[in-house]
Amino acid sequence: MAIGVLAFHGDFAEHLEILRTLTVTGLEVRSLDDLKKIDRLIIPGGESTVISRFLAETGVGKEIIRRVHESTLAVYGTCAGAILIARNITGKNAPRPLGLIDITIDRNAYGSQMQSFETEIIVKGIAKKLPVAFIRAPIITKVGTDVQILSMHKGHPVLVQQGRILAGTFHPEVREQFAVHKLFLRL
Amino acid sequence: MKGRNILGEDLARMLKGGVIMDVVTAKQAVIAEKAGACAVMALERVPSDIRAQGGVARMSDPKLIKEIQKAVSIPVMAKVRIGHTAEARILEALEIDFIDESEVLTPADPFAHVEKRSFNIPFVCGATNLGEALRRINEGAAMIRTKGEAGTGNVVEAVRHLKMIKKEIADLQKMSPGQLKKWATEQRVPVDLLLKVKKAQRLPVVTFVAGGVATPADAALLMMLGAEGVFVGSGIFKSADPRRTAEAIVQATVHYNDAKKLAEVSTGLPQPMAGLEISALGSRMQERGW
Repeated sequence: MAIGVLAFHGDFAEHLEILRTLTVTGLEVRSLDDLKKIDRLIIPGGESTVISRFLAETGVGKEIIRRVHESTLAVYGTCAGAILIARNITGKNAPRPLGLIDITIDRNAYGSQMQSFETEIIVKGIAKKLPVAFIRAPIITKVGTDVQILSMHKGHPVLVQQGRILAGTFHPEVREQFAVHKLFLRL
Repeated sequence: MKGRNILGEDLARMLKGGVIMDVVTAKQAVIAEKAGACAVMALERVPSDIRAQGGVARMSDPKLIKEIQKAVSIPVMAKVRIGHTAEARILEALEIDFIDESEVLTPADPFAHVEKRSFNIPFVCGATNLGEALRRINEGAAMIRTKGEAGTGNVVEAVRHLKMIKKEIADLQKMSPGQLKKWATEQRVPVDLLLKVKKAQRLPVVTFVAGGVATPADAALLMMLGAEGVFVGSGIFKSADPRRTAEAIVQATVHYNDAKKLAEVSTGLPQPMAGLEISALGSRMQERGW
């Protein structure tokens, strides 16, 4: 089956490019029909308020929740994607969460674009340090007992996993880093 | 490329597929965010009012910008006059997310655009053709938009500029190394940058469209032509029902390939802004900057 990338808005093309590098078939997901063709979904970076609207209007959001509950869909959220799949979202004008992973996440917690940064992170199970970008990134402020922390940066979890759900607050895809995607494909 | 604002280029990538809306009050900013804008552009008057009222158009009062920053969670952009480094430093101090060095405001410097490489805040700049886009990128712009003809509600110039950039990139493929070097010299851009564009067959930064977008169909047309997102200026808050117009343009930008969806969101929309014929204009904002 193809790997879906939610393609309403944001840097979905960059994720599809990573999938091409890994020689797996990527599919842009915008509808319930598209969702039928995939068993793994990446939710990209962008504005979570915008993506949230489209998830609600198309019914794709509800279907993602249903598929995850029946264990037929793995999901990897980056930045805005991580926000949307969280159980709780804090911060101004927060969108409605899908609640796929037991974390609380604070939107734009570092501040404005001035506080965006790039750094190298260490991820459990990945041998090499990964250069990644944090763009107006959120901060994971609470993790449930069933959630595994795969990477920390300055005291905060930045990559977490619960079953077949993966949430990362950084962007590996804008630095052409595919190791986290590879890890996701093994879930 | 020396002095690229890579984090700014990253932010621009996150905005793709989205609509950036001009707002003149915090209240309008909230309406824009709720309607699905991926960012707002804070300014004192929308282009159609600048056109109608005349006078020198300048950067917004920081008070307004701060109110807008407080009201919304999406990125906040604001405009500075072409070449007005001091206005740009003020916006940087306010920690806005993106600066638009814009021809919609009255140019401040007749010789040079802002030297953008020394800023921590990314810039978006307007362009009418490839040479202009590359000069701005070489100065440090992290994002490009077409100039179009702002405040007219007439999409023809945005289409012209987007197609012009695409055509000139296509033309590079047929040029010899000597011709490329000559073109770069004439256009005052580094040949390395030109070769990079030739190889990638696109600009090295995210490219949006702006200037004259008034209807959902306008936004869809530009997306079909390869735009990566849309700026809407006067088109929203000069329409009869800004909230509905904003929502419809957001839908059309995302679902530009879905004609049924476009028909649905275009149906029964309140009156769009009136619009102006380009040939009847007294002055063209797109001719500001070089």
